[in-house]
Parts: sequence; C-alpha cells; structure tokens
Amino acid sequence: MSITVLKDKCTGCKLCIKACPFDAITIKDKCVVIDLSKCTLCGSCVQACKFNAIELKRDVSASHRLSDEQIGQYKDVWVFAEQKDGVVQSVAFELLGKGRELANKLGSRLCAVYLGEKIDSQLNELFWRGADIVYAVESPKLKDYLSESYSKALTQLILEHKPEIVLCGATSLGRSLIPRVAVEIGSGLTADCTGLDIDSEKKLLLQTRPAFGGNIMATIICPHHRPQMSTVRHKVMQEATVDKSLKGQVVKKIIDEDKLISRTSLLEVLKEVEDTVNITEANVIVSGGRGLQGPENFKLLHDLAVVLGGAVGASRAAVDSDWIAYSHQVGQTGKTVCPKIYIACGISGQIQHLAGMQSSEVIIAINKDPSAPIFNIATYGIVGDLFEVIPALTAKLKQILGKSR
Amino acid sequence: MTFLMSSIKCSLIMDYQLNEQQIMIRDLARQIAQEKIRPKAAEYDEQEKFPWDIMEVLAQSDLFGVYIDEKYGGSGGGVMELAIATEELSKACGGIAVCFAASALGTYPIILFGSEEQKQKYLPDLASGKKIAAFALTEASAGSDASNVQTTARKEGDHYVLNGTKQWITNGGEAQVYTVVAMTDKSKGARGASTFIVEKDTPGFTFGKKEKKLGIRASATRELVFTDCKVPKENLIGREGMGFIVAMKTFDSSRPGVAAQAVGIAQGALDLAVDYARQRVQFGKSISSFQGVQFMLADMATQIEASRTLVYAACRHVDSGAKNVAKESSMAKLFASDVAMKVTTDCVQIFGGYGYMRDYPIEKYMRDAKITQIYEGTNQIQRDVIAHHIIRESIAKNRK
Amino acid sequence: MHIVVCIKQVPESTDITINPETNTLVREGVASIINPYDMYAIEEALRIKEKAGGKVTVITMGPPQAESALREALSMGCDEAVLISDRAFAGSDTWATSYTLAMAIKKLDNYDIIICGKQAMDGDTAQVGPGIAVQLDIAQVTFIRKIDKIDEKAALVERMTEEGYERIEVPLPCLFTVVKEINEPRLPSLKGKMKARKAEVISWNSQDIGADPERIGLKGSPTQVIKIFTPPPRKGGEMIQGDTEEVVDKLTNILKDIVAGC
Repeated sequence: MSITVLKDKCTGCKLCIKACPFDAITIKDKCVVIDLSKCTLCGSCVQACKFNAIELKRDVSASHRLSDEQIGQYKDVWVFAEQKDGVVQSVAFELLGKGRELANKLGSRLCAVYLGEKIDSQLNELFWRGADIVYAVESPKLKDYLSESYSKALTQLILEHKPEIVLCGATSLGRSLIPRVAVEIGSGLTADCTGLDIDSEKKLLLQTRPAFGGNIMATIICPHHRPQMSTVRHKVMQEATVDKSLKGQVVKKIIDEDKLISRTSLLEVLKEVEDTVNITEANVIVSGGRGLQGPENFKLLHDLAVVLGGAVGASRAAVDSDWIAYSHQVGQTGKTVCPKIYIACGISGQIQHLAGMQSSEVIIAINKDPSAPIFNIATYGIVGDLFEVIPALTAKLKQILGKSR
Repeated sequence: MTFLMSSIKCSLIMDYQLNEQQIMIRDLARQIAQEKIRPKAAEYDEQEKFPWDIMEVLAQSDLFGVYIDEKYGGSGGGVMELAIATEELSKACGGIAVCFAASALGTYPIILFGSEEQKQKYLPDLASGKKIAAFALTEASAGSDASNVQTTARKEGDHYVLNGTKQWITNGGEAQVYTVVAMTDKSKGARGASTFIVEKDTPGFTFGKKEKKLGIRASATRELVFTDCKVPKENLIGREGMGFIVAMKTFDSSRPGVAAQAVGIAQGALDLAVDYARQRVQFGKSISSFQGVQFMLADMATQIEASRTLVYAACRHVDSGAKNVAKESSMAKLFASDVAMKVTTDCVQIFGGYGYMRDYPIEKYMRDAKITQIYEGTNQIQRDVIAHHIIRESIAKNRK
Repeated sequence: MHIVVCIKQVPESTDITINPETNTLVREGVASIINPYDMYAIEEALRIKEKAGGKVTVITMGPPQAESALREALSMGCDEAVLISDRAFAGSDTWATSYTLAMAIKKLDNYDIIICGKQAMDGDTAQVGPGIAVQLDIAQVTFIRKIDKIDEKAALVERMTEEGYERIEVPLPCLFTVVKEINEPRLPSLKGKMKARKAEVISWNSQDIGADPERIGLKGSPTQVIKIFTPPPRKGGEMIQGDTEEVVDKLTNILKDIVAGC
C-alpha cells in the first residue's frame, strides 16, 4: 500500500489534518505533507479530502523489502489473544508462554492484542500470564470474529505500533485472519508452526512447521519484511503460568466504527450440542475406526471420553461410513490434534490418520490385528478386543476417578 | 484391518495394447472400484443389499454405455470394453460387478436382434444407466438343459400372453427391462422358443422369492412370475422361434464378460494376498520371504495373466465380427473361472486363519469366485461346447 | 454465474522422503493428483452451476505438467481451464502465489464466486485463499461446510469452527474455502474424459497476466525455507499383555496419573 498527495489538486484546506487520527499530516508551502513514519494508511484523510488530492493505493506488495534501518523500527513480540464470548482462549496463553521466551531472547517486550466488545474482565489474566502491554480495540463490531473487521483492526494496530513478531493460534479464526493481515501489510507468514526460536546471531524468528502431513519439517524465516508472522498449532506450546504479582499497561485504541464494517455478516453461532466434539481443545481423545463395526458402538467411546473429561475422535473410515459426524474426524482430511492422551480404538493407523495425531503425548492403541501400523507409533499397545477392554476400562476409571473428582 | 483399506495399485505389467478409450474406461472403472466400491463391498455382502448407489455412480460415469453404439447414447465399444470395465469392478467386488454385467446380458438380445424401433426405445436409457436390464432364461427344470423351458407365450391379437416362472434371475426385481425367453410353440421344442422384452410393472408380471446365496451377495437373484402377463407384440425380439438363437448368441457375447469377472476376482484376491504376505510376520520374517509362499504367488500371478490374455483375445475375436465365436468365448469363460476358483482358494490359504475370518475381505473373493464356474453355462457345458466345436471342425477339415 | 475454482496439483501421497545428499524432496515415482480439498471446491462449483446456470473456470499455477490436473477437472464438468505457468513463478510462497492467482483471476471475465479447497495437502498452509480475497478486495468465508442459499447477489453459508458452526451471509463477488463435509465429489464421466482430452487449456505466463516481476516467485516471497528435515520417527512403545482385567488395571494406572495432571 502507498499514499501520495497530488500537489496540483491540494488546496491546503487542512481538512485532512483534522481527520488524521495519528497526527501524521502537516502543512508546508500550502500543500500537505504526510509523515510516513506516523501514517498507518488508514484512509481517513482520503475520505476527508474534498478535492481528491490524496491517493491511497490499495494494491499490496511484498516486493518492497525493508531496509535495515526500517527493520530496526520494528520492536516487540505480539500475541493475538483470541477471545470467544469475551473470554480469552487457552491458545493465547500458550502463545504468551512461547512469546515470553522469544521476547527475552530479543530483549523486547511481550504484548497481547485483544479485539472484542469489552476487555476489562480479561486484562488481569493477560498480565498475569506475562503480557507487558495489552493493546485492545473495543467495539460491538468486534464481538464475534468477522474476517474484514478483524483484519482491518489488527492491520491498523500493526502498522501503527510496528511489532517485530506477531503470533496467533492456528485455529479456524487464526488461519482465516492472519493470512489476510499478512497480505494487507505485505509481510511473510508461516502457517501452523510447531516450533519457534530466535536465531541468536541474526535475531530472526526461526519458524518450524510440518508439511506433507508431518512427514517433512521445514524451518522458515522472513528476513526482509516485518513483522514476522506465524500461526501456531494449538496444544504444542506450554501455557504461560499465572503469576498474580505481574502487572502491565493497557492501551485502548479507538478505531472508527466505519472502518470495522464487514461485507460478511454473522447471523448465528451454533455450538454442536455434544460436549465431546471439540477435539482440538481436548486433553484426552478417545478415537474410533472401522474396528468399531457400526455407529452404535461409538457410545462406548463416548462413555470413556466422559469419564476422562475428553472428546471423541474418529478415523476417516468411520466418518465415511456415516457412523459419526465429520467434525470428529482426525487426520489429513480432518483435524490435526495434539492431546495429552490419544486412545485409538479399532484404528489401523493409515498414514493419513497418523498425520493428524502422531504428535500426541501418549498414544494408546487397541486393535485386534497385531500387525496394525498403529502399534508402530503407540506408546502403549494392546492386541485385544476393544468391546471387552473399553467398557471394563470405563467402569474401572469411573470407580477411581469418580472418587477423586 | 489394514487390508480392507489397502489400495490396489496398478497390477498390470503387460501392455495389452488397449486403445486410448479403453485405457480411459479401465482407469475410470478402477477409480470407481477403489473409491466407491471397495469401502462398501463388505457391507453389501453382509446385508445382501442391491447396490443402487453404486449403479448410480456407474451411470453418471457413462460405464453402462461402453458396449453400446454411439447412435443410442453409448460410447461405441464392444465386448472388449465391457470386459475391461467388468474386470476392474470385480477386483473390488464380484457381486457389484455382476449387477453391472448382468444388465449387459439383458441388453445384448436387443443389440443383436432388436428392431430399430426397439433399439431406439430401450438402448438410450440402458446406455445412460437410467434403466438396467436382466436376462431371463433359467427355470426350475431348465438349467443346463435350456430347451426345457416351460414358460409359454400365447399370441392373442396384438399381444402375447406370458405364463410361467423364471428362476435365479440376476437383477430380478431391480431391473426395469427384462428380456425373457418363452415358448411360443411347445411342439417345436427348441425351435419353438421366442424372446420378449418385458418391462417392470407390466400387469401380470410379479417377483417371487429373493435367493440367499453363497457369494455375489450384493446382486439380486430372484424369481420372475408371469401370470397372464400381456406383452405387446412389438416386444418380440426377432421372429417367433428365434428364442434359442437369441439366447446362444447373447451368451457368446456375454461369456467373455463372465470370464473378465473371474479375472477381476482372481486379481483382486491376489493383490490382497501379496500385500498380506509382505506384512505378515512369522518366525521373525515376512511370510513373503518363504519360498512356499513365493511359489504360490508366482503360480497364481501366471495363471491370472494367462486367463486375462485368453479373455482379451476372445473379446477381440467377438468384436471383430467373426461369425462363430462360441468356442473361444467358452474357452475364456471356462479357463478364467477355474483359475479364479483356484487362485481365491489359495489366497485364503495365504491368509491362514485370518483368511477364514469374515473380518478379513479375502474369504469373500473365494465365495464370489464359485459362481463364475456355474452361471451362464456351467463349466461342464462349456467343455461340451468346446468339444463339439473342435470335433465338428475336425470333421469339416477331413471332408475337404 | 461465473465460478472460478483454484486448484493445485499435489503428490498422491504425503509419504515423502528427503534425499540426504541433496537435501531436496524425493518426488520421483509419486503420482500427481488434484489436491483432495480442491475436489470439493470443484464439485461445489459444478453444483452451483447446475442450479444457477453459468460456467466454471478452473485455474492452477504450476509447472506444465499441471495441465493434467486441469484436464481432470474438465472431465468432471468444468467449462474452461487456465494454466498459469512460468519459470519466474518458481519458489513462490503463499504471498506470491495469492498475488499471481489474483492477477490471473483479474484477467478472466467478471467472476461471481471464487472457490478454493481449505488447504493443500502438501503445504497445509490454508493461506492462499484468504490471500487472494485480500488481493482482489472481495469478501471471504473460510472453512465452509454448507451453502444454504445462493443467488446473483448473495450467499448464505455455514462456516465450520472448532465448536460447531457459524451461519454467515456474504455478498457476491466473494471467495470461499471449503471443507470435506460440504459434498462428495463426483467422479469424471467417460464422455467428460473424452471431451477433456480434446479441450483447449489456456496457458498464461507472467507477462500475460501482467504480473509485477518483483512480486512473483522467490523474489516476491517474503518467507524463505532455510531447512527441511525428516522428523525423528515416533517409536512404538510397550505392548501391554494379559487378560482383560490385567490390561485394564495397567491402563488405569497409566491414565489416572496423566488425567490427574491435566
């Protein structure tokens, strides 16, 4: 993006100076001059000008590499604090955990960005988890995620405050929002990172991510553009611990409501009734495949999942047979999960399935077939009949955990 | 369980000199077999359910028209194209493949002997798969001895009135178009038979018992019951008395299809067995490293290759327009089906105890293979046909 | 209605290894297919066309071999195919790819909807779709699992989220990315295949689409891959033996400690 003043059209009327929220415009020789270090390319001046004397080019470009000096202006590690119903999601705490480590290596500040209706109830939690500064944009228009409103708000904040690094969860929100922001700003973005580090010499962010369903890992850098942006896989990074002695500063930004207009409108948010659906959030997943033999047997897995406080997953074979809804599918064409415990019941372990769950901490596999490939990666393997083992295990755990919970 | 999912990779090593369109048919049928049929084969087998959803896929892919003239909405191939498609489908499920192939069996009388009006009326819907067909010859006391047909067709004005019961009719109850052999003049014996097109829902045409079978359980096998069933005289195929010629010429064209089904079943089973042998570890080694297993695999692969080559040669012979094709057609059916039975039995052997369990897909191939030795003329009848021909050829040669 | 579908040709299997000497991906012998998610995009485009009329243009950026992916799309029923191919595109990251595709789409007739698969099976980034939407300055909805209603002006869609789904109204023109749940892709037909074999595939290079040489390929890509490696394989662990009771006891001990720590 670029902004220019057409000197032959400018009358020096100063309307734009009043309209600029960033004090970026001054007048010189009866013609306005825009200070590009302050300008965020928000376009307020373009709208205010009655003579069409300011031109904002929306065509975005990655071609303009930043000079070392320009790169030097970018500081701080930012974490996008994703909220749902106003509550900051746990993925943000994981990012604060990792972000703190990166900020310390860079000797910079750790900041959180909150877009939503009202931040106040969430502030302390973000400070306690390590945010030095919280940037917040509060607006009813930001209550729920909308691609355009969110990307405009975040883009503006980034252009104004120039963070060096921006991290966001690789959630359905993050993976829709951040690609927009990256293109808008003209910087690089690495998707779904599972490893982040700082190159101590060049001070660059080293972003490591799986590709080809986890068969290949790639380390990616963004040397000449800022900020360096990553979406980060949920559940991979350690959550920042709570330290109630920590304090921080909140910077509330006001963005004109008109700028938060979105062409898409959200009519309704529907949660699936079952509490055992959200496999990306769950610490425990009990997952079933073809070995379950029919839809009715998912009840067994559901019962075990409830006792363990987990969610129910499924292989593609089970989903394709219409035994369970697609939202439960783990693997390459479904969701990638990373729980503490993954219990694979009657799942043979096709490579496509493994791609979606092999970074789980503990994998327990139950299968009748001793040569099932799932046993090659399982932490614990049981060759046996899941119809015997699972109900017995559920009953036993109910007995033990029921007492302590 | 891994074997259920394991994909059949290209098992063709030889160049069968297929043309571009034949390769497209092969690839398309292979894709349908792999993506649509394989995941559901066990379910259809278990529930003995007619695979209408698969028939729809085959229809959308234009496969029902591969052997039908372009003039009637087909893609203009012949028996070879039909065999290629049947073979590929059979690799995944012999039962579902026969639903497809039996429609061709029911359609051939119209292609070979139908009038232009009959062709225009019936072939476009059969080529598009909007309708499927069935062929009805067999009766309780007319099996190998097809001349003993008891069903009668009595001419009454501009109608024929059909009475009698057909048995074990593939696609019975499901097909919309039936080609039915009935006696128009019992006194003439085999020369008194005629073939009629009977549409489903014709008054007086009902369905009897649906059979429970050893194999090809996805396919429907059912009784057809005709009780004073009035069929318009325009539905007579050819002329009165041509019924057995129609039937025999139909079999000449359809037997290579049965043979192709046998090749597909055998190849499908072997592909699974090779995969299994590579993965199954006993005595610390994969069982494919044992010579006893290797020799079995080698024999099976060679037999399948031989039957495929014979089947393709027979198909090309039929498609060349040769006048007398019964011998070649019978040889292909006989050889390929005997190979299929032997190969599938040996494949179960390679799977050992697992092979005997219904959790594994291999025993189904063995069950499906058996019928190929029986229907469209038992292999004893095929040998009879072949022997008659070679003896007749020898007599003719000596006369010269 | 003019629907544009962006597809990518990917290796059939993700079971890819690295040549330890050259440190490059070994791709020989791996067949190429249309990215499976893009199949859902093609199918949805065809369904919209069948209902609302119009045409479907399928477009891909890739090497000349990617033409076979376009022909496959044509055999399913797409009307036109465009291959954007140029050595100068080599090394494009998602930024440069979305720029290139957007430039090509601008050159097409007026479009109403652009549909992409939610992500490609090889790169798994899911970034190109939203990138195109921004480059073209049109509305986007990602991860669509159902299109409830669509006409010349707007669409009503369901977008999949972690907890369930959202119902969203979006004006046209717009960009959709779709998930597997949305449909079951049709297979090509024999007649479609025969037609596709003879069909013309339009081929454009970087000049044809008027791309800025600074914004394409490696040069136009802010990110750089500096290392690829094979992750250490996860090893199989302990096999738990014994009768059901023993197995359950052992599992209970393992599970109760971890669950307590969660």
